[in-house]
Amino acid sequence: MELADRTISEVGSLLRSRTVTSRELTEACLARIERDGTRLNTFLASDAAAALAAAEAADAALADGDERPLLGIPYALKDIFVTRALDDAGDDLPGGLPTTAGSRILAGYRSPYASDAQERLDAAGGILLGKTNCDEFAMGSSNENSAYGAVRNPWDEATVPGGSSGGSSAAVAAGQAFFATGTDTGGSIRQPASLSGVVGMKPTYGRVSRYGMVAFASSLDQCGPFTRSVRDCALVLGALAGHDPRDATSVDVPVPDYAAALTGSVRGLRLGVPREYFVAGMEPGVEAAVRTAIDVLRDAGAEIVDVSLPSTDHGLATYYIIAPAEASANLARFDGVRYGYSAGDDDLLTNYLRSRGDGFGAEVKRRIMLGTYALSAGYYDAYYVKAQQVRTLIKDEFDRVLKDVDALLAPTSPSVAFPIGAKTDDPLLMYLNDACTLPVNIAGLPGISVPCGLSHGKPVGLQVIGRAFDESMVLRVADAYERAAGFADLRSPLSHA
Amino acid sequence: MISRETVEHVAALARLGLTEAEIDLMQTQLSHILETIERLRDVDTSSVDPTASVIALENVLRDDVPRAPISRRAALANAPLREGDHLRVPTILEEGR
Repeated sequence: MELADRTISEVGSLLRSRTVTSRELTEACLARIERDGTRLNTFLASDAAAALAAAEAADAALADGDERPLLGIPYALKDIFVTRALDDAGDDLPGGLPTTAGSRILAGYRSPYASDAQERLDAAGGILLGKTNCDEFAMGSSNENSAYGAVRNPWDEATVPGGSSGGSSAAVAAGQAFFATGTDTGGSIRQPASLSGVVGMKPTYGRVSRYGMVAFASSLDQCGPFTRSVRDCALVLGALAGHDPRDATSVDVPVPDYAAALTGSVRGLRLGVPREYFVAGMEPGVEAAVRTAIDVLRDAGAEIVDVSLPSTDHGLATYYIIAPAEASANLARFDGVRYGYSAGDDDLLTNYLRSRGDGFGAEVKRRIMLGTYALSAGYYDAYYVKAQQVRTLIKDEFDRVLKDVDALLAPTSPSVAFPIGAKTDDPLLMYLNDACTLPVNIAGLPGISVPCGLSHGKPVGLQVIGRAFDESMVLRVADAYERAAGFADLRSPLSHA
Repeated sequence: MISRETVEHVAALARLGLTEAEIDLMQTQLSHILETIERLRDVDTSSVDPTASVIALENVLRDDVPRAPISRRAALANAPLREGDHLRVPTILEEGR
């Protein structure tokens, strides 16, 4: 296996034994970006010189015995995390990258401050390669809603990588970065991880700071990692997690040593399989791979328990009221005055209408309309309050079931990667991609997708869902599965191109 | 099916300028999505409290310690229209209006 396709854990050992340098790792990623990046459309911004300079500084720190686990590891940020690109005088910082959130309305936006994710990963010694493509404002399940074009899946370039964090999942699958960040509001980390054949985790709501994440739906959004192994996921989550007073919903609870939780054993654990997650319309190849994965965990000593989450079927409707409602409020900030695209009209109202009408793409407009409708006079109680009440039901069901089992096992996505363009004409069909992931956001719980084999040559993901703030258990189950199942070395065809 | 007038009303509330073709498409697509969403009406929530946030946080307070803000020049750097150290906006209140 080439260097660029290895795990952080592997190359981290090579770095510390002075077998490879951070510069070599960075060059390996940059070579893959050079070879496949434009075709896959994975990156929206990058600065090779800045990355190489940071790698050389990391090599000097490594020589001094610095042992931070992510020191010298090249990574990418979803282009929804602001990266500082301006100095105090308002001038461009050398190596500073723009932030677009995949939207035309933020074309060329240069942030005066850094996101918490950038600060923490920088402090951990990571080497920032660039910003990855994503659905506009993280709204989508295929990455086709980016104003900067669709991303191609490294497994089959005629198909989507999933979304909204499709640039991040594809970059990690294609050997262009050793890890990447994503955001997950209804499945935007786990679903692309599943379709791209990598590990992706959405932590508990409140576990990772949302400071500097362009907001979509603030009660659902959460930041998390994409990696090539569960152990790597534990390492990156450890660097991202922790209280941040700049995000009032960031919870001040201790961050455990996630790598220490990876015992490799599920013996004695009770793992629930919610029957409602094996939905009608699921691809047979996906169901078969997930059922086989459950058997692997049973054979490894876990007790598999049939459980029921009867409100699962209401998840989609609940989500498509709450998320657009919050989005319509969050996106009100784009006014064509303070930053972002402006139509430049002399009349204020016309300037709002045209700046927003020209600046936002079709899916974002659809969700602003849906959210504004649900919040408007006469509909607020029937839609918004009703959805918040059903949210309570969904959350209570999870809490009740998770008292009896240690974690839940389910498919991540009802399908494998689908052809580019296959679902763009039917929003509702597209929304169904997240049927198995969005209830987890509604309940605020942690969930991971780990590769569990192939169906017709395309990756399938097993989802593990846990109790609030019990990422350790989720990681332990996923890691034990990964060790037992034999898919840990699964790589896209680009790894031996 | 929601009416064209409703679509236009909601677009105006959202300050979203839509073309005629977008209004047509929105009418069809929103109606289709709302049909699915309206299934929630059948769920009995008579004794259920709404959940706005899943974490039991309230009144997050901190000490009122002054900190250096983002500089004025950096804050203005992305503004589409500027006049000196100010944002330039179209006239809101005109004499006689």
